[in-house]
Amino acid sequence: MDNIKVIEIKKSVFEDNEIDAENLRKELKAKGVYLLNLMSSPGAGKTTTLIRTINLIKDKLRVAVMEADIDSDVDAVKIKEATGIQSIQLHTGGMCHLDAEMTRQGIDNLDLAGVDLVILENVGNLVCPAEFDTGAARNAMILSVPEGDDKPLKYPLMFSVCDLVVINKIDVQPYFDFDIEKCKSYIKMRNPNAEVIPICAKTGQGVEALAEWLIRQVKLWKNQ
Amino acid sequence: MHELGIVFYIIRDVKQAAAEHGVSKVSGVVMDIGEVSTIVPEYLTDCWRWAADKEELLKGSELKINIIPAVTYCDECKSEYETVRHGRKCPRCGSERTWLLRGNEVEIKSIEVPETY
Ligand SMILES: Nc1nc2c(ncn2[C@@H]2O[C@H](COP(=O)(O)OP(=O)(O)OP(=O)(O)O)[C@@H](O)[C@H]2O)c(=O)[nH]1
Ligand SMILES: [Mg+2]
Ligand SMILES: [Zn+2]
Repeated sequence: MDNIKVIEIKKSVFEDNEIDAENLRKELKAKGVYLLNLMSSPGAGKTTTLIRTINLIKDKLRVAVMEADIDSDVDAVKIKEATGIQSIQLHTGGMCHLDAEMTRQGIDNLDLAGVDLVILENVGNLVCPAEFDTGAARNAMILSVPEGDDKPLKYPLMFSVCDLVVINKIDVQPYFDFDIEKCKSYIKMRNPNAEVIPICAKTGQGVEALAEWLIRQVKLWKNQ
Repeated sequence: MHELGIVFYIIRDVKQAAAEHGVSKVSGVVMDIGEVSTIVPEYLTDCWRWAADKEELLKGSELKINIIPAVTYCDECKSEYETVRHGRKCPRCGSERTWLLRGNEVEIKSIEVPETY
């Protein structure tokens, strides 16, 4: 049997991604393009919320969307049809999340001329996307009422990396024992600075607050 | 699946390290995996077998996993405790002003190379 030589490495597997993400963030800053990374469980209402919100802000901001999906392109088509804005599909090749490199490939496929805001709809999942910095200026997530108000306790990392938590599907609240105040207090435990905006993407209730948050964010970031 | 993605990152880093050290064969890769890192060790080794055998450098190599126990620190009473057993709340003083000290690692510790390579 051969003798074995040991080479010490001591390197986190996330390290390269963090460097890629930091580089992408700097480049986008230089171009004046604000990237928002939007995460949630499958079906929490990302696409529906995006359509509602974009229709409210598209006169004030030039917006583009990147839809990450394991395979299909239904969401990218839906966004384009419902809002008329530039929208592309990113195929993740079976991956459960997007990393900074895949995000960059998406960005490179967009026409960024005049674009102020790019929104990335990440893969539906509360675990993996939280671990991979995409290079976005900010992270946001949508928690929908049927998922339960205890999710910030069960998926602490996701809630700690998000600056905004949208609580969606408040129209069905009477059928679930979802306590918005309790949920807010759990979110604050994970991230004292997170903003929480309750909405119903189906009817559009509360979406103005979300639209204002986005416009304010982009403005603050451009001036900083 | 989460673990397969992680395996691709490990392979990329190991290839890079092998190139830097002028190594053409790796027989083992030692990982430090935190207890609360969300990685399932058995899935990771299964994915490793599948993906590593497709690479000349890594064919037949073993992925060895050290589990790093998770430890939380309490800011209130300045003590440490086992995360998995007690969760976020400090078992000594009941405070929730606590943070994870270790246990979230997904780290390549070392690679093993047969001496003839
Ligand atoms: N009742 C109710 N249903 C909603 C609301 N928002 C979205 N939905 C429904 O929830 C389902 C999923 O919505 P999507 O917007 O496709 O969710 P998504 O997060 O983009 O889903 P994936 O991309 O598949 O992860 C659809 O049937 C929507 O009509 C809401 O506020 N109330
Ligand atoms: Mg969608
Ligand atoms: Zn304590």
